[in-house]
Amino acid sequence: MYAFDYHKPRSLAEATALLNANPEARLLAGGMTLIPTLKQRLASPSDLVDLGGLPDLAGIFVGDGEVRIGAMTTHATVAHSAEVRAALPALAALAEGIGDPQVRHRGTIGGSISNADPAADYPAGVVGLGATVVTDRREIAADNFFTGMFETALEPGEIVRQVRFPIPEAAGYAKFPNPASRYAVAGVFVARAAGGVRVAVTGAGPSVFRVPEMEAALTASFTPEAIASVLVDADDLNTDLHATAAYRAHLVGVMAARAVTSALES
Amino acid sequence: MGLMSQPIRRTEDGRFITGRGRYVDDVKMEGAAIGYALRSPYAHAKIMSIDVEAAKSAPGVIGIITGAELEAAGIGHLGAAFPASFLKNRDGTPRVDGDRALLTVDYVRYVGEPVAFVVAESLNAAKDAAEQILVDYEELPAVGLIDEALDPGAPLVWPQAPGNIALDWAQGDEAATDAAFDRAAHVTRIDLVNNRVVVNSMEPRGAFGTYDKVTGQYELYATSQGSHPIADTIAKRILRIPPERLRVITPDVGGGFGLKMSTFAEYPLVLIASEKFGMPVKWMSERTEAFQSDSHGRDLKSHAEMAFDAGGRILGYRIKTDFNLGAYGLGFGPGIQSVVPMFVVGGVYKVPVVYNHVRAVFTNTVPVEAYRGAGRPEAAYIIERIMDLAAREMGLSQDEIRLRNFIQSHEMPFRSYVGAVIDSGDFQRNLHDCLRQADWAGFPARRAEAEKRGKLRGRGLAYYIEKTAGGASAVVISFTPAGRVEVGVGTSAHGQGHETTFAAIVADKLGVPFDSIDLIQGDSIRAPWGGGTGGSRSLWNSGNGILKAADAVIDKGREVAAALMDTAQDAITFEEGAFRVHGTNQFLPLLEVAEAARAGSKLPPELKARLEKGLDSSGTHEEKGDTFPNGCHICELEIDPDTGKVSVISYDVVDDFGFVLNPLIVAGQVHGGVAQGIGQALLENCLYEPGTAQLLSGSFMDYTMPRADDLPSFGFTYNEILCTTNPLGIKGCGEAGTVGAAPAVMNAVLDALWDKGVREVDMPMTALRVWETLQRAAAKAAV
Repeated sequence: MYAFDYHKPRSLAEATALLNANPEARLLAGGMTLIPTLKQRLASPSDLVDLGGLPDLAGIFVGDGEVRIGAMTTHATVAHSAEVRAALPALAALAEGIGDPQVRHRGTIGGSISNADPAADYPAGVVGLGATVVTDRREIAADNFFTGMFETALEPGEIVRQVRFPIPEAAGYAKFPNPASRYAVAGVFVARAAGGVRVAVTGAGPSVFRVPEMEAALTASFTPEAIASVLVDADDLNTDLHATAAYRAHLVGVMAARAVTSALES
Repeated sequence: MGLMSQPIRRTEDGRFITGRGRYVDDVKMEGAAIGYALRSPYAHAKIMSIDVEAAKSAPGVIGIITGAELEAAGIGHLGAAFPASFLKNRDGTPRVDGDRALLTVDYVRYVGEPVAFVVAESLNAAKDAAEQILVDYEELPAVGLIDEALDPGAPLVWPQAPGNIALDWAQGDEAATDAAFDRAAHVTRIDLVNNRVVVNSMEPRGAFGTYDKVTGQYELYATSQGSHPIADTIAKRILRIPPERLRVITPDVGGGFGLKMSTFAEYPLVLIASEKFGMPVKWMSERTEAFQSDSHGRDLKSHAEMAFDAGGRILGYRIKTDFNLGAYGLGFGPGIQSVVPMFVVGGVYKVPVVYNHVRAVFTNTVPVEAYRGAGRPEAAYIIERIMDLAAREMGLSQDEIRLRNFIQSHEMPFRSYVGAVIDSGDFQRNLHDCLRQADWAGFPARRAEAEKRGKLRGRGLAYYIEKTAGGASAVVISFTPAGRVEVGVGTSAHGQGHETTFAAIVADKLGVPFDSIDLIQGDSIRAPWGGGTGGSRSLWNSGNGILKAADAVIDKGREVAAALMDTAQDAITFEEGAFRVHGTNQFLPLLEVAEAARAGSKLPPELKARLEKGLDSSGTHEEKGDTFPNGCHICELEIDPDTGKVSVISYDVVDDFGFVLNPLIVAGQVHGGVAQGIGQALLENCLYEPGTAQLLSGSFMDYTMPRADDLPSFGFTYNEILCTTNPLGIKGCGEAGTVGAAPAVMNAVLDALWDKGVREVDMPMTALRVWETLQRAAAKAAV
């Protein structure tokens, strides 16, 4: 990797000051994407600002009809949290299926959603549950947070502090993993709440997206059969070594039905 | 009870699984520098100029080596292991290997070919400097795939190889084979792709070189499967120095699979760099670099035809194979699909006539060389796929078509049409045992149950055979003053457990404690000469050699013991590790006799003079006679038609490895081999981009290695049908799992999809490919 200066601030204010003072600085959360990128010499930040020294950013709170997860909480912590498993088992299951044990013990929810990898699992959970992303300066609704491939609504220097998930009546997540990387080839998060059903898809397109036709069908009847005839248009989906757009479009349907089944069983 | 045939746990594992193994990357020396290879980003380009001036003065840089400088210094080139006279075109003309310099001077011919070697104080400094080397490339059209390279008008990788044909080879009698097809009642035809794979040993390649300017000695630590062949190549062919000036040491090695048989450019480069810059130099491949610069495996396309009589008996077999050699014919590359598997193309069947036409095709890809089984899995894949299809076409069961064509045990030794003399085996028995073990008869019920769950269940059977042995390797048994027994061998373990296996033979044969035995291997000076470990033949070589050396030890010991106990030699017997005087209580343990012989003071002068080295003895197993490991594989799997995902449910193997010396190690070899075969059949695929020959599957993000959760528990048993051509009665087991697995898995995939109208399946049957295959079959059925 190229040389950089490393900082481990003790407060958000200190972190913000470091970012403001160094326009080429990058935030380091779990580092599960950034560190390999640095090792491959594909990025050359002047400074790394490690958020690992900010204990306030990690932790789980369940109450007031919400699951609140601090940005620096690892996937393993979410997966193994008895409170999350009780209140929002689909989210714990999603976290349990990310990467491998090493990744789950280093990678964080804040890092994952800020990176906005189009094949990451968390974006499906955040959008599917209609979560709210809390930053050091504002609250951003999930639907407005992910803006494109590796792109979010975050402004330069803005730091994710927490994600607030409303607890739904039922939810399920199903993904077809890339056999090599275990990222989602197609992952679908389905949640039923008082306001209706949300369906969010990751891995299949350039960014996480919702499927209004499925949402309407499932709001009318929350069963796998209800969406059997809903076809997802392959035109906007990704093609790579592991999946064509047509295959992804098909898998979205299969995974959505499995997510509904999972939600009904939980 | 003796140790041989016992499932002894591996002595090596203690250090391997607790992080105490000592690999090339663990070699540390004061003042050592790091070497880094700048590699070509283009698949094919002319190098107009290389400017290293700016890079030379980059911080931390010690120096940079270029190809032009090596040419000027008269440094030799890499090459193929087969002499031109041994492996040539079927018309008698010589094959083309191309010419591979350590660092290319004029052209690059694949992505990853080394262009310059940077030596610096740290890896980071070397990489920084490498970015400042200005290489002016003029990009040329490239071919990465076999079909592209064979296209009329395709750009040529080598002007001296028209049509990109490196080798046009054949075995068998074309006219007699054609005549057999003319008589056939039925002909089965199949087209098969054997996908390209990346070796991916857990430990990548690496080298650590030193040069002593006082003595003029070179020393190389290398990740290898044998120090001697690498020392030979580097001394004779590349550095052109007397062999005694180079010592090659192979420390612990984390997997080879054929990759580490060859001499790679970076190995002599660390020696050249050490001499030039006056310090030890280490080069260690990173994983991304390994994908680009390690030799790859497989990559061939075959059309095969089998002629049968009305009774389903084979009349003749013809094969036409084109294989991707990569940009250079290196190491065993040109022989992998030709001379290496030539004795097993007919499998376990009575094939009266064969014509096997094989062409090696140059492409702008990294050279393709040996990969576990090296040509024999490919041969088994073709014949076991075509037998499976023939059974379906002729309405025979999978076992019946094989039973009708098997070479029978009472016919052995059997001289096959392709020239192999199969000494022993009982294919029928192994097949029956495997059918029983896998509950073949109970399959319809399991399929029906799977169908209720919406899954397509299939079963596949394959019967493989391999030919192993060859290449003499010496053994030296010596006794140290500390009372230890050193066993020097010319083989070189890189995961096989030789420290355990060989020690068990010595302990049994000489009656010395198992833990008093030290294995000396992987050292071109200290260990006796040998061709290293590869091709499932180390126990054949070293194991049988140990018996010979041990016999020599006992003979000498008898003489010494007779002198020490003042009796006649013929009154001495050797039992349970001691020389005993017949009819008395007198005895001397072997280790005491060995020490007395070593010290020599108690021996008569004549004997002392004759046994200058005490009881130390050598032995080499040189007898002719190959081994033919063989066995039956049965795979059962389920396919999820909604996603195309294939799940292997059960996997059974019944093998014949002759005498099984350590059942635990043999089972481990089979498990690992089967995992590699399943990996190739379902998951692994090395892809180059059409048109550019850029490597697409260049990391573990895109290249799928098989993992524990992709595999079931394996059912493995064996029948010990002793090999009659070597004293231990063993048959090679190291590659067998891989040889049998791919056809068994693919036959099962076809079985699962057959009723959906699918007739062709090619490796790897990834979820995407299965789904697309089902889509096409459904579309066809709807027409």
